[in-house]
Amino acid sequence: MSISALLSMGRCCCRCCCPRGLWMLSAPCCDDRRMCVCPGPRRIGIPVRTSSLPLFSDAMPAPTQLFFPLIRNCELSRIYGTACYCHHKHLCCSPPYIAQNRLRYTPHPAYATFCRPRENWWQYTQGRRYASTPQKFYLTPPQVNSILKANEYSFKVPEFDGKNVSSILGFDSNQLPANAPIEDRRSAATCLQTRGMLLGVFDGHAGCACSQAVSERLFYYIAVSLLPHETLLEIENAVESGRALLPILQWHKHPNDYFSKEASKLYFNSLRTYWQELIDLNTGESADIDVKEALINAFKRLDNDISLEAQVGDPNSFLNYLVLRVAFSGATACVAHVDGVDLHVANTGDSRAMLGVQEEDGSWSAVTLSNDHNAQNERELERLKLEHPKNEAKSVVKQDRLLGLLMPFRAFGDVKFKWSIDLQKRVIESGPDQLNDNEYTKFIPPNYHTPPYLTAEPEVTYHRLRPQDKFLVLATDGLWETMHRQDVVRIVGEYLTGMHQQQPIAVGGYKVTLGQMHGLLTERRAKMSSVFEDQNAATHLIRHAVGNNEFGAVDHERLSKMLSLPEELARMYRDDITIIVVQFNSHVVGAYQNQEQ
Amino acid sequence: MLYRLLSIVQRQRTSPGWQTWSSARNSTSVAESHSITLPAQAQVVICGGGILGTSVAYHLSKMGWQDIVLLEQGRLAAGSTRFCAGILSTARHSSIEQKMADYSNKLYSQLEQETGIQTGYLRTGSISLAQTQDRLISLKRINSRLNVVGIPSEIISPKKVAELHPLLNVHDLVGAMHVPEDAVVSSADVALALASAASQNGVQIYDKTSVLHVLTKKGQVTGVETDKGQIECQYFVNCAGQWAYELGLSNEEPVSIPLHACEHFYLLTRPRETPLQSNTPTIVDADGRIYIRNWQGGILSGGFEKNPKPIFTEGKNQLEIQNLREDWDHFEPLLSSLLRRMPVLETLEILKLVNCPETFTPDMKCIMGESPVVQGYFVLAGMNSAGLSLGGGAGKFLAEWMVYGYPTENVWELDLQRFGALQSSRTFLRHRVMEVMPLMYDLKVPRWDFQTGRQLRTSPLYDRLDAQGARWMEKHGFERPKYFVPPNKDLLALEQSKTFYKPDWFDIVESEVKCCKEAVCVIDMSSFTKFEITSTGDQALESLQYLFSNDLDVPVGHIVHTGMLNECGGYENDCSIARLNKRSFFMISPTDQQVHCWAWLNKYMPKDSNLLLEDVTWKYTALNLIGPRAVDVLSELSYAPMTPDHFPTLFCKEMSVGYANGIRVMSMTHTGEPGFMLYIPIEYALHVYNEVMSVGQKYGIRNAGYYALRSLRIEKFFAFWGQDLNTLTTPLECGGESRVKLEKGIDFIGRDALLQQKQNGVYKRLAMFILDDHDTDLDLWPWWGEPIYRNGKYAGKTTSSAYSYTLERHVCLGYVHNFSEDNGEEQVVTADFINRGEYEIDIAGHRFQAKAKLYPVTSFFTHKRRKDDVELSDFHGK
Repeated sequence: MSISALLSMGRCCCRCCCPRGLWMLSAPCCDDRRMCVCPGPRRIGIPVRTSSLPLFSDAMPAPTQLFFPLIRNCELSRIYGTACYCHHKHLCCSPPYIAQNRLRYTPHPAYATFCRPRENWWQYTQGRRYASTPQKFYLTPPQVNSILKANEYSFKVPEFDGKNVSSILGFDSNQLPANAPIEDRRSAATCLQTRGMLLGVFDGHAGCACSQAVSERLFYYIAVSLLPHETLLEIENAVESGRALLPILQWHKHPNDYFSKEASKLYFNSLRTYWQELIDLNTGESADIDVKEALINAFKRLDNDISLEAQVGDPNSFLNYLVLRVAFSGATACVAHVDGVDLHVANTGDSRAMLGVQEEDGSWSAVTLSNDHNAQNERELERLKLEHPKNEAKSVVKQDRLLGLLMPFRAFGDVKFKWSIDLQKRVIESGPDQLNDNEYTKFIPPNYHTPPYLTAEPEVTYHRLRPQDKFLVLATDGLWETMHRQDVVRIVGEYLTGMHQQQPIAVGGYKVTLGQMHGLLTERRAKMSSVFEDQNAATHLIRHAVGNNEFGAVDHERLSKMLSLPEELARMYRDDITIIVVQFNSHVVGAYQNQEQ
Repeated sequence: MLYRLLSIVQRQRTSPGWQTWSSARNSTSVAESHSITLPAQAQVVICGGGILGTSVAYHLSKMGWQDIVLLEQGRLAAGSTRFCAGILSTARHSSIEQKMADYSNKLYSQLEQETGIQTGYLRTGSISLAQTQDRLISLKRINSRLNVVGIPSEIISPKKVAELHPLLNVHDLVGAMHVPEDAVVSSADVALALASAASQNGVQIYDKTSVLHVLTKKGQVTGVETDKGQIECQYFVNCAGQWAYELGLSNEEPVSIPLHACEHFYLLTRPRETPLQSNTPTIVDADGRIYIRNWQGGILSGGFEKNPKPIFTEGKNQLEIQNLREDWDHFEPLLSSLLRRMPVLETLEILKLVNCPETFTPDMKCIMGESPVVQGYFVLAGMNSAGLSLGGGAGKFLAEWMVYGYPTENVWELDLQRFGALQSSRTFLRHRVMEVMPLMYDLKVPRWDFQTGRQLRTSPLYDRLDAQGARWMEKHGFERPKYFVPPNKDLLALEQSKTFYKPDWFDIVESEVKCCKEAVCVIDMSSFTKFEITSTGDQALESLQYLFSNDLDVPVGHIVHTGMLNECGGYENDCSIARLNKRSFFMISPTDQQVHCWAWLNKYMPKDSNLLLEDVTWKYTALNLIGPRAVDVLSELSYAPMTPDHFPTLFCKEMSVGYANGIRVMSMTHTGEPGFMLYIPIEYALHVYNEVMSVGQKYGIRNAGYYALRSLRIEKFFAFWGQDLNTLTTPLECGGESRVKLEKGIDFIGRDALLQQKQNGVYKRLAMFILDDHDTDLDLWPWWGEPIYRNGKYAGKTTSSAYSYTLERHVCLGYVHNFSEDNGEEQVVTADFINRGEYEIDIAGHRFQAKAKLYPVTSFFTHKRRKDDVELSDFHGK
């Protein structure tokens, strides 16, 4: 389904919020993040317009959909019961508690009617236990694997003379869609004119246009920001005289990661303007380039360009529509720049960078290298309140969302939260019809008084790598919603070091019966078998994120159910997940350290 | 035994290496033989104080050899012997192992009486469980064979199993085999008892003495270098268990003993609350991959897992020895299996998981015999975790071998000389034993090929044939085509193709056989061992006349089928020799004779620099053109008349085929069909093959494999060495009289024995059996080793079998004995005796009527061409 189709049908927005009516009932189960993979909150909530019946079809598991025409009201209980049964069995019995609902959204009047039959539904859920037996539509392990591995990618830093001199051994990345099409993007590239490697995950919302554009463009902006003056001049001269351009980046792309051909000229021109300005600004003094500053500049500049391009438009109607879509959709970004032992993480939004540290005793601990820019971050709340007049203090963040709508407090694109109302109206009116007809784009956020409310400026963290820092996990919130960071680090750590690190069992002098030993071994094997299936740490993480049962072991049945959800239902159970696991070269890192000592 | 095992368990924590654990408590009765200085010389030095070394010493001393020294690097009966699970099982798949186990059982049962040392021998019986019908068939086959040699055993129902062993879950069983006389015994105590008896007979035993290497001179053992000094000796016996490979390689002239160790785990528990009866039978649940025996009121259970852990690939490694520890995760599948079989054990408390490496060989059979390169260097090792069961018998056979020159049973399948240097790669061994160990408890079906360590030796045509659908089997490392799968046909996957019934390739081989009969087929037979013997004078002829039973003084260009006999007239080798010219002979032997025949020739040929023996196996590719149209193909390719008038049968000529010159064309096949063997210098192989195939197209040529060959040769009663012929069968016993020229004027090896046999008559006779009431589609297929009944009485066993597409019947070859009614003694077998019997072949307990023939059934053949007659008459004349 293309983004335009989604926009024009207006269903995109409905899908964002309507199912919540249903999910509220089972909301308490969502409190336990780790154990329950219930639908993540939509980033943007927009009022409902459509009628209620199709929504049930959204909530139905695939098999019952076949009987959709036969469904009558009286059967709703059964259907809902089955839908609920799959994943919330252990918690559904506790009373619904709306205040704790993670699906923070204020019921719109139109939607309130929807909520009314709640008490009745509660009875239905009570009846769940007597509901029909769970359907057995299991995927086989090979089928599960082919789904999980469809997007996996591994890159190993090439060795010279049998030695890897880089501080990075390589990285594994993967993504699992929940949206159709997936809204997450990922990028990885090696800087060719400077040292270092760039890796990033981008989580789009309201479509994938913005995340796609950012994934294509951001690293060029960063690379250019990092280039010394002479190299910039050289490049500019080459472009001027039509000579071959020095390659700036070497991309490491999965075949499914695409670049838009149509916009490349437009994007290039914007980039060129940027470096021309950099050349003009710098008068030749070859001061050391500060990576932190470069990252911040690149982020801000790209967002600015996205905004400008949308305002200016393009004579080509396709491109014109594209730049508008990019600007009206949004994306968060979490980017790591690794150069030797210097690790910079630039984060905008709620994706996260997590460092896996192996302690001396072999255990794993997680070090967070980024701050989420959302309502859970006190400092962000503070910042927003300071940036806007006092009388907006209550409306700027509502239900933990920016203006009651947007989950991340920083993002690329999303001009609805950046432009003045006038500008928005002007651009929409002069824009193509598709844009004009779209409910979402036309909708002005409530309490929209002092734009901009949103920025793309990243928060940059610096970390100096130590030999005990074994890997870095960059992942979109799809992962962090379902798994605790400590578990993430432990699972990746155990995967990378191999299961031989798992402590062998010894009976010693203890009294152990055969039965006890058998139980223990079966559990260990379940853990181990999931490791051997994956050649990719990111895939392994996704397998755990989606398939973990209450014991933290991958449960095939559960995995199979989660992956066989129909496209339109998947988003309610999980968000897009994108993961990059960068593995560091402890020897090289150690050598750096020794050198300096 | 409890105490000892416990003490081991306790020591494991402190002791640096398991093989050095002391057993001072038990060495009291073993002569106080800790003298500091070793004797300067001895007749025999045995290395290894485990069950095998002591068994060899025991038997040698019993046979009257006195001057024997046994050296042990640690303590007596340490190592694998100490950790052996102590199960003595006679239910074995091969006859020779069955015999050895039976002898061991009898030996151990009276050992306590003989030596006064407690061996813990307890006749508990064993029950082998079958979870599947195929497994039950396998057990029934063993059961048939046990019964005919007088070991009581029976197939029992699951209900009976439950009666015999109350703790077993029998719901998933289809049947079982009960062998009531199987026993459990402490292997360490057996070894100590054997050592004690041996030392009483004069054997000197020294422990804590390591053999460094064996000294040789001119291919003969002269002494042993130990860490305590040298001992001069005539014979050396390598019983070093898993270190035998290393020790063999440490010689100046390395002796290749292909074996490799794998970790092996078994579990010990504390006693049950109501202790298990000490006579509770041992359980072997092969489908569950485990064995279970009672152990001090609790149980001892181990198994052969699917994913073995090979160890000591790089030799004796102190680090690896220290790291040998309980690996519960590895044991988990076996533990699950155990609890499924005996659910009541859930509450039983664990005492210990023992990790004791066991040694495995590339073909799952033990290794014994004399080295092909060093005379006087004997080996007994690689017991595939059956050291206790086979130890007694193996020690006896090896002692006989040393004392009498050859054991009283045919042990070719265990002979060290079945292997060569080509099996001694560490990588090969490591990979192969990982396949062998699980195979211990896998279903053993006919025509099973090892999957690892393959594609080592191949013909230059390998890729061509492979691309045409060849399926391969391996012999002595050489890939040979079994049959060719047509492009449109799919065969079952490897696992599914395991069957005791009609195999899925039946139709494929049928069409290949038909093509051999009616048109022409080409079979790549390059694996055959090929030697050339040349001399400057008549030395080659003279020595060959002495070594071979047939008359080799034939006109140049003739081929002679002949046996290479031993002193007793038994076949050491069966080969074809072509006289290339007056002073040079070309000898073709079975594939697996490469090492043995070479050793034999070297041993008996005079050391004469003018006499040259050369192994040319690798120089020639052998193509067998087989079928009535072979003659047309060849004459078209060579522009030479190939008719019997110009090219009589059993004739050899160097000629050109296609563009290639110097091809040795022989008018013989190994099946009795008309045809030619082409011995092609390898660089011409592809060319000749291509030419043959393109010219042969109009004659309907196609590729064929060894299965077709086998069917053809068995229906024509062609006995093959290694299967039907062995060192204990003489030409007179298998219709090979024509291959013996007693009056050729030379006293060849074995002539006296044959003369005597001719006078006295033979005691067994190879016959061909045609199964009458056997339904090929529905009945179990014969394989080999099936008991033959004559007039309802056991008379012998089959040696090979095949389906004859011509007779549309199964044909088995096998030996008929004449056991006396009164005392079971063997009596003379005459042709009349054979012909007057009513025969039955017992396949897994079902007896099928069979007709016995002493000569191939000529009347069944249709002779369209004169050539057939010539071939056939020649065959009769051979």
